Amino acid sequence: MSLLLKLLTQRIALGLLLLFLVSILIFAGTIILPGDVAQSILGQSATPEALANMRRDLGLNEPPVQRYFNWLGGLLQGDLGTALTSGKDIAESIGKRLGNTLFLAFWAAIISVPLAILLGLIAVRYRERWPDKLISAVTLASISVPEFLIAYVAIFVVSVRLRWAPSVTTINDSMSLGEKLHTISIPIAVLTLVVLAHMMRMTRAAILNVMQSAYIETAELKGLRMFTIIWKHALPNSVAPVINVVMLNMAYLVVGVVVIEVVFTYPGMGQYLVDHVSKRDIPVVQACGLIFAAVYIGLNMVADIVSIIANPRLRHPK
Amino acid sequence: MSDNLLKVRDLKIGATVYPPGEKPHDIEIVHGVSFEVEKGKVLGLIGESGAGKSTIGLASMAYGRGGVKITGGEVWVNGRDILKTSHTDVRALRGGEVTYVSQSAAASFNPAKKIMDQVTEAAILQGKFSSKEAVGRAIELFRKLGLPDPETIGNRYPHQVSGGQLQRCMTALALCPEPDLVVFDEPTTALDVTTQIDVLMAIKEAIRDTGVAALYITHDLAVVAQVSDDILVLKMGDMVEYGTVNQIINDPQEDYTKALVSVRSIEHEEKEPTPEPVLKVQNITARYKGTNFDVLKNINVELHPGQTLAVVGESGSGKSTLARVITGLLPQSNGSVHFAGRDLSKDLAGRKKDDLRELQMIYQMADVAMNPRQTVGTIIGRPLEFYFGLKGAEKHKRIIELLDEIEMGEAFIDRYPAELSGGQKQRVCIARALAAKPKMIICDEVTSALDPLVADGILKLLLDLQKIEDVAYLFITHDLATVKAIADSIAVMYQGEVVRYGGKSDVLSPPFDDYTDLLLSSVPEMKLGWLEDVIANRKMESAGN
Repeated sequence: MSLLLKLLTQRIALGLLLLFLVSILIFAGTIILPGDVAQSILGQSATPEALANMRRDLGLNEPPVQRYFNWLGGLLQGDLGTALTSGKDIAESIGKRLGNTLFLAFWAAIISVPLAILLGLIAVRYRERWPDKLISAVTLASISVPEFLIAYVAIFVVSVRLRWAPSVTTINDSMSLGEKLHTISIPIAVLTLVVLAHMMRMTRAAILNVMQSAYIETAELKGLRMFTIIWKHALPNSVAPVINVVMLNMAYLVVGVVVIEVVFTYPGMGQYLVDHVSKRDIPVVQACGLIFAAVYIGLNMVADIVSIIANPRLRHPK
Repeated sequence: MSDNLLKVRDLKIGATVYPPGEKPHDIEIVHGVSFEVEKGKVLGLIGESGAGKSTIGLASMAYGRGGVKITGGEVWVNGRDILKTSHTDVRALRGGEVTYVSQSAAASFNPAKKIMDQVTEAAILQGKFSSKEAVGRAIELFRKLGLPDPETIGNRYPHQVSGGQLQRCMTALALCPEPDLVVFDEPTTALDVTTQIDVLMAIKEAIRDTGVAALYITHDLAVVAQVSDDILVLKMGDMVEYGTVNQIINDPQEDYTKALVSVRSIEHEEKEPTPEPVLKVQNITARYKGTNFDVLKNINVELHPGQTLAVVGESGSGKSTLARVITGLLPQSNGSVHFAGRDLSKDLAGRKKDDLRELQMIYQMADVAMNPRQTVGTIIGRPLEFYFGLKGAEKHKRIIELLDEIEMGEAFIDRYPAELSGGQKQRVCIARALAAKPKMIICDEVTSALDPLVADGILKLLLDLQKIEDVAYLFITHDLATVKAIADSIAVMYQGEVVRYGGKSDVLSPPFDDYTDLLLSSVPEMKLGWLEDVIANRKMESAGN
């Protein structure tokens, strides 16, 4: 058990180190961005004195290293800073939007992950026959079309023509879960289409790889049904590669939904970020960047931890 | 037909081959084989690699590995032709009526599932037993097969038991559903010789006690003679000879069978030690980086010019590590290697070109020891260029000389390794080693991957070359029959130590130390009833103690 524990501790420590390095990168990146925050807040007609005062008030005259540590210290205490443009507390504004983004990502994952694995299993069972080819063709086609195009086509067909679901997906607290899900049903469907192919193809490839093993032959010679063999003997040994690609796609569902949120005017993190980038609101951009990085690193860490635990040699040492 | 559990008539099996540069086409690999197995009897299928014996074994379960297809004939099991029956019926046959034990239990067990679940799976799924009954039966089989902790060993994962134990678990897996027939496919080939004898006995007793019939597939006639009632000799997918075990072993009719029976009959006269050894290994102790135990402990051996020192031991005994120390791949922590009148530097970087030239190596896996994109001529020519600076016509002439020495000839000079058979590849490796005009060649299990007859040819060649070139061999092997055939002196290694060392006749004559005795008595002999004799002797000895 000690080796397993050691590996897990190492992996978690590595994740934290990575997050720390990313925070430096984000900070450095936002500093070298062209443009002046004070200028964009006060507008073109601001006087030089007003600009200088503004810079001093915002702490922009201090050396970058000092500013970084001030920022980091605040982060560690849960203080993401205040938005320059609105003067509101960033943590408060983000909290609600992050919840919305996670809500959308969660439901897209709930549908897409099992569906992808099931389709992968079916593709293996009927490999090189029509179900396999059909699944491959459809999922590949859906990943090849840009997601905003799929989104607009979906809005046109489902929302405008069929009138099954709204195209503007604003949700609020007064809605019931059912109403919320109905409201965001089109973005969920679009996101599912976008992430399905990757996960399904990886599941198929990983299981096909395992199907070459001698123990699969043993299972066949036990007279087991092909689907039993795939489910009971092949899938448990394909967990590591599959979980990795599943986690990558879940991270994409959180981090990469900017386009979808904008298309559907969904009140999530993505839209919040895009708004504040255009207003040069650096603290907000930094906070969003860091949260996205944390989600990405965290999910990948989960994938690695599951892979480590899935290895029977580590779980049950000699 | 009712007496015959398995009846195979004119079985033909084909496969699709994909030769490089040619169109894929179908070939026939088994050409009309017929045999029968009665209830409770054991038929041995014997032949060299490519004889089609595994393919035939799997055909009795209506299974073709990879692109293998059964193209003709009949396979009757329990009164029905399983090649014409439904898919559902074939599934009921597999794992119910006929079960399979593979060569590598380590690969054939699912690493992610407990042993018990895998052993009982077929019995439960085929509806032969309830899961409680199946578990009880498995524990009973574990006990019968001599596994430690039969009550709990099933709760372990495959990587938590040893190779010999796992092979016995595989036998339990095959016997658990109470099949009528078990196909044993080289079940002891991958095991050490002292482990093999235990597994062999366990299998034999299990067959006798359960009254199950078996197809026993192996390339080792001495092994199959211990367990079979009848033997079918196969060669390149053809039946060579089919008879009772007594007739095949004691009165073989066909030349090929005679050759198989008389294999390992090389006579080699032991030579006297010379005053000046070519290799003197003194007090060698070595360990691998990052480990805290010595893999070699105070090794002392000598090798005389033009002679052969056989280093023999089981896997993990340290025999290959000794070769790594002598070649400088693993610097020793203590002791010295004295070679051709000089001390060799500990590590490879400190050795001179002549040190490298005079000490050559031949490996077990000839195909991975050669660059697949170089021709035989380039491979043999490389040491000629590197050590002697030979070029053009001179080099060409020497390459042809070497090809003649290994009994292959000029025609092979432009061939690629992929176009050669296993034995031919090993011959090219021998020629490459000889090209450097070495004083000594380290042969690391050079015949282990070869069929017995081919291995015999390689050993004869090595002995002939030793006479001509006066080269010394350090011959590393786990196979005592090879040792008897080729050695002048022998070092027996066990857990990093030399437990017995001396001239061949001294080492191989009693009184023995315990380990050498165990090792020698475990080598299967081409004699009926050998297995029972050995086991009876051991039981008597342990009772006497």
